Amino acid sequence: MSNVSLTSAIPLLLKAVPRSRNFEAVLLFWVAGIHAFALSQIQLAVNQVMSWDMLLYWAPPTVSAWILHYVLRKYALNADGLLLPLAFLLNGLGIAMIYRLDLAEITRGGTDLFAERQVWLSCFAMLIAAVVVRLIPNPLTLRRFPYLAGAGAVILLMLPAAPVIGRTVNGATLWVGIGELSFQPGEIAKILLAIFFAGYLVSRKGPLSEIGSRVLGMKIPGAKDLGPVLLFWVASIGVLVIQRDLGTSILYFGLFLVMIYTATGRAFYVGIGMVMMITGALVASRLFEYVGSRFESWLNPLSQENYTAAGGSYQLVQGLFGMAHGDVIGSGLGSGFPQLIPLAESDFIFAALGEELGLAGVFAILAVYLLIVYRGLRVANTHQDEFSKLLALGLAFVIGLQVFIVCGGVMGLLPLTGLTTPFLAAGGSSLLANWSIIGLLLIMSDSSLKRVSA
Amino acid sequence: MNRQVRRVGLALTVMFIALFAIASSIQVVRTQSLYQDARNVRAAYETYKTQRGSILVGQEEIVVSGAVNDQYRFLREYDSVLYSPVVGFFSVFTGSAGIERSMNSLLAGQSSAQFFEQINALLDGNPVTGAAVELSLDPELQRAAWDALGNRKGAVVALEPATGRILAMVSKPTFDANLLAGHEYEPVNAAYRAYLEDEDQPLINRTIAGDLYHPGSVFKLVVAAAALESGRYSTTTTFENLADYRLPGTTTTIQNSSGKACGEGTLVTLEQALIRSCNIPFAMLAVDLGQDRIRAQAELMGFSDDLAIPLSVTPSTYPQEMELSQVALTGFGQFDVRVSPLQMAMVTAAIANQGVLMKPQLVDQVVASNLNVLSQLSPQVLSSPMSRETAALITRMMVDSVQFGAATNAGISQVAVAGKTGTAQNGVEDPYTLWFTGFAPAESPEIVVTVVVEDGGGIGQNGTGNQIAAPIAKAVMRVVMDR
Repeated sequence: MSNVSLTSAIPLLLKAVPRSRNFEAVLLFWVAGIHAFALSQIQLAVNQVMSWDMLLYWAPPTVSAWILHYVLRKYALNADGLLLPLAFLLNGLGIAMIYRLDLAEITRGGTDLFAERQVWLSCFAMLIAAVVVRLIPNPLTLRRFPYLAGAGAVILLMLPAAPVIGRTVNGATLWVGIGELSFQPGEIAKILLAIFFAGYLVSRKGPLSEIGSRVLGMKIPGAKDLGPVLLFWVASIGVLVIQRDLGTSILYFGLFLVMIYTATGRAFYVGIGMVMMITGALVASRLFEYVGSRFESWLNPLSQENYTAAGGSYQLVQGLFGMAHGDVIGSGLGSGFPQLIPLAESDFIFAALGEELGLAGVFAILAVYLLIVYRGLRVANTHQDEFSKLLALGLAFVIGLQVFIVCGGVMGLLPLTGLTTPFLAAGGSSLLANWSIIGLLLIMSDSSLKRVSA
Repeated sequence: MNRQVRRVGLALTVMFIALFAIASSIQVVRTQSLYQDARNVRAAYETYKTQRGSILVGQEEIVVSGAVNDQYRFLREYDSVLYSPVVGFFSVFTGSAGIERSMNSLLAGQSSAQFFEQINALLDGNPVTGAAVELSLDPELQRAAWDALGNRKGAVVALEPATGRILAMVSKPTFDANLLAGHEYEPVNAAYRAYLEDEDQPLINRTIAGDLYHPGSVFKLVVAAAALESGRYSTTTTFENLADYRLPGTTTTIQNSSGKACGEGTLVTLEQALIRSCNIPFAMLAVDLGQDRIRAQAELMGFSDDLAIPLSVTPSTYPQEMELSQVALTGFGQFDVRVSPLQMAMVTAAIANQGVLMKPQLVDQVVASNLNVLSQLSPQVLSSPMSRETAALITRMMVDSVQFGAATNAGISQVAVAGKTGTAQNGVEDPYTLWFTGFAPAESPEIVVTVVVEDGGGIGQNGTGNQIAAPIAKAVMRVVMDR
């Protein structure tokens, strides 16, 4: 196994981080301190006084993080020491911003509050991560059910289009709901898909990487090996048509391409896949009005026509105004106007944070995401088992790609989509899925140095 | 497989670098343009956090922000409607206009010039207070112009030719900024709607904006300057003296406003044509000079220029690519020549200031809350559109015009007033636009005044510039002459 660093961009320092639970404990103290500081700054800025209310938003998540820490100490002693504090940092920051938006909502006499719910959902998600760690001591158990996972993913993806329970929000059919409860099944589906791909690709690795014919110096696999790529492309387009959301479709297809590339080492798959993906996206932008209008708003957000159009660029532009207002150091938590951005607590929480924490905060948040991704890739790099390698890579990649698509959308780099901002945005499905990913990465990092066999 | 893992890591790194880059572009490079976007209400909200600076005229505060007990903390109060077209308004709900808009960052204490104040405020915890803006307007002249214009629709602008300082700027009808500065949405919105829907457009500062006006005969000053500057004409150059003139290439004929030839004799000099304000000789002159020369002269005097005083001035226009018949009409300021009163004041000021045009300016100085002077008016030369000789010749003709020509109603005893009237046609049945532009005293000009009265001053096609506009200008000039 090569010991060369992941890329020269990843400092050796990160590799040297001890897998010590004590190290993790120290970081958790720090992170909890940052959260307390953020909450008190918000109370002071908005209400001019501090109150014990903040304990409600601070204590339960902190206790949950410590429970997860305790479970790791007990069942995965050698797990990575950075993943939990980093994810917890983002989670608490998200709660703080949502609380801040709640205060603004109360000031203007509204009743749409999200923070308290987000607190309990965060606790639940962290406890689920603890359950994952406790119940799946060996990730290889997951390898036994690739097709079950695949089927589960397909069912979850179809659910939003189902009658009665399916729901369409802002033009995207990404939700299922029963009464008050609503759920974004696509978030969970991405984990099941990663498990399915990892299991499938480990067993089919040979044929998929064999040389077919050579065309123009490129190795082209035979038609039967292209089958899965085509099939999954069609499935992604299906997701696009059903869910009306380009982001979800690209997320799944991107996950698939990266995993097939990693398993086979054939860049060809990525090349042909990206051509198919871009073609699909362009065709979709022509065929479906909802995708086309997103493209239109993306290309020219500041035009008055797009700005005032229903479903146009109003939200995006408000986000840009907010971030620009934040400048380099931000307005300070509680001192900006993130409440002017529609859906600032969920889809546009990144812009809200960008306004109050500034470019410095944006860089810090992106750096934390990147660190989480690097820690995941490090598990993939060091793990002895191919299934775990692939799964860790897939899970790390899916977080990274999702952040790229969401934040790129909010900042106008990409067309806006309906994906959630991992760990930050208000919403239970997203928290649950991303904390489960952290749980899986933690147990795989724990087992990565052991020689394991299926 | 590790090689692939590393490459995936590299790809993700590249994606994140793209995110870092776009964030930097939004939060560093595009900050200003996004912040200043008119649709961004953050700037307005932000400004309510601090006490906005006052606006002063002659040491007198005419606009102040007073503390009130609501979420906006300060209420903007406007002393007098006399200044509405200039100071504009600053509203939570309907944006801002006038000086309130163009000097916003200084008034709000957010300009880069107030950087150290902002740092101090950060350190000692006291909020920044905006800077005070002192206008160049002279309250006595403003009042005189306001009163003289009376109930008529129109505008008066007065400036100091040697410096470009604007001394009076009146536009009627106007609006009450207090109605727009309130903190309750309903009444503010209702008032704003009413102003917007009013066909007299009270929100427009007529001296610099709106649809502009046909200049009529006051444009002859520009044509005369172009002629003298070309070197091909002198004041004694003669034209055939006709009572009817057929526009070249058409069957349409035009007359002088008298309906007769321009005085006695078969020939008329350029000088007589200007003093009596005859149209036919100027139509012939325009055809002879050609549109390019006239346009070049007009542009030297500020036509087609974007000017900020700091209010932004709608550029006056001299049309492009005309037929000869149309060029003939522009000779006496008809066809598609459109001017702002300020533009005509600039033309006059260039003549008064011996051929040198000074940039018109409205702000004398800006004083920070710690009494530091942040900026001070310094006179700037905008252009030199004509020689000293040309300016002197036109001045003499304008003096004669007031003394025994077409602009006699501007005459002040013991003072040599230079002036030019205009009575511009707008349509066959439409009332005239009445003009006067001039300066006094002619030998060492202290004040330039330009007056425009819309709708024929209320008497349709019966009024003339000399009858209605000249006395208004006289009233304003008189204030200075009596000092």
